[in-house]
Amino acid sequence: MSDATVNNLQPKASEVAPALKVRSYWQTVGYRLRYDYMTLFFGFVVILIILSAIFAPLLAPMDPYQSSMLNRLKPIGYKDFILGTDELGRDILSRILYGGRISLTMGILPVFIATVIGGLLGIIAGFVGGRTNMTIMRIMDVFYAFPSILLAVAISGALGGGIFNGMMSLTLVFIPPLCRVAETATSQVRNLDFVEAARATGASTFSIIRVHILGNVLGPILIYSSSLVSVSILIASGLSFLGLGVTPPEPDWGLMLNTLRQAIYIQPVICALPGVAILVTSICFNLVSDGLRSAMDVRM
Amino acid sequence: MVKKAYGFDKPIAVQYGIWLGKVLTGDFGMSIATGRPVTEELFRALANTVMLSAGAVIAAFSLAFVIGTFAGYRVGTPSDRAVTGIAVIGVSIPNYWLAIVLVIIFAVELNVLPATGMGPRGSETFNPFQWDHFKYLILPIITLSLIPIGIITRTTRSAVAEVLNQDFVETLRAKGLMEAEILLHVVKNALPQVLAVMGLQFGYLMGGSILVETIFTWPGTGFLLNKAILTRDLPVLQGTILILAIIFVTTNLVIDLLQTAVDPRLKR
Repeated sequence: MSDATVNNLQPKASEVAPALKVRSYWQTVGYRLRYDYMTLFFGFVVILIILSAIFAPLLAPMDPYQSSMLNRLKPIGYKDFILGTDELGRDILSRILYGGRISLTMGILPVFIATVIGGLLGIIAGFVGGRTNMTIMRIMDVFYAFPSILLAVAISGALGGGIFNGMMSLTLVFIPPLCRVAETATSQVRNLDFVEAARATGASTFSIIRVHILGNVLGPILIYSSSLVSVSILIASGLSFLGLGVTPPEPDWGLMLNTLRQAIYIQPVICALPGVAILVTSICFNLVSDGLRSAMDVRM
Repeated sequence: MVKKAYGFDKPIAVQYGIWLGKVLTGDFGMSIATGRPVTEELFRALANTVMLSAGAVIAAFSLAFVIGTFAGYRVGTPSDRAVTGIAVIGVSIPNYWLAIVLVIIFAVELNVLPATGMGPRGSETFNPFQWDHFKYLILPIITLSLIPIGIITRTTRSAVAEVLNQDFVETLRAKGLMEAEILLHVVKNALPQVLAVMGLQFGYLMGGSILVETIFTWPGTGFLLNKAILTRDLPVLQGTILILAIIFVTTNLVIDLLQTAVDPRLKR
């Protein structure tokens, strides 16, 4: 009898705390994303665009390099040319599909390399502090004297045209801002109590950076670099448009805009098509980046 | 002989030192392509670019501040989402593409506005306050104002929403002020932040108008720069980039100083 009352009085563990599920940070982010249909939709479109560029050889109805003097500048829907032909009679649809390969590479790869280099430099500058910080950050400040487009144009103008030089100039343009973001985030985290506690328990510098710094700095850096992808695509096609990036006859959205511009009085609609590809890609990347930012709750 | 005339026989460091010394006295050398002094070409182009950039920023501000405030008052509603959507498009659109599309619509199809250039007389007698001349400005200004519209709208929206959340707005309401009067207070508090962003955008446009100027063959610094790159005209290239960088840095400095003057809380 007495046993039973004791048992009844003693509340079960589950009643005290009604099953409170504690989610980790990344689980919370995933949970928020799952109900953000806008971001999910545009993320899906981004994946579609990337896949269509990868599988361009399978999807493209024609050879993007095959020119034909008879079929120059034909309108949309002419014979088998779904989106018409360009000034050398090449199929626009195939060239846009193939062009995505170069345009997307030039948009994503420089940002990726700059994230690695800039992020590392920023973390070193923020963590070590003192004179190292001074040296790295003042060198980065030099690049802040130029608007990004001007800097990209100036560097690739000095290096000369070509895909490789174009990507190199874009990488150089994106390192300083990424470095600054990483530096700010790192020096904020560095002085927090839990880093001090980790040091007191004897954690090595490397493991402090790996576990505590990186875990807190990676979010802001990734958000920032995801927002740079659309900027990079825009500047890369801009460079090609000026004749400083991709060289003919390679298909690239910016270069296509440039060469089709001369046909503006003959086939106005066709001339605008490659730009639509740039616009859609850039909008999707921007919206996905915005969605990620609010899901990861990063303020910048 | 040629090597000596251009000073190419000296080491690069010395050449750079000589160039730097001349720049300090205002001498940027001679353009290789035209043979005229760089300073002369540069400053004529600079005036044209300032006209374009200032026009674009002012146009962007007048539109973006209104719709940004509108959205800031209605955060989360469909009208707010529409405005935010416009802002995203403004930031994402490739402006050189928009330039082409605008030319297609207004110059080719409708034939109401000129496609390129500054008019028959060029920049010598250009007067932006005369319609005959002003119409050459319209398309470039619309094109250039798109990115600032996106960015200023976003800034205004978040600034207004932030001010509306502060306690003093509640106090004003409790005191019985009309909404229009409250709006005045809100705008006054949001404005410094927005003006700072606007100034930054002016700096970006000064250096970043190269693509748009090339499409509209607008004889500004961007056009000059593009020409100089294509003809490998190094003195022009060096001079233009240096001047644009100086303008960019000075604009940023002036904004920083103005901001601390307007809002003493920023001084620490």
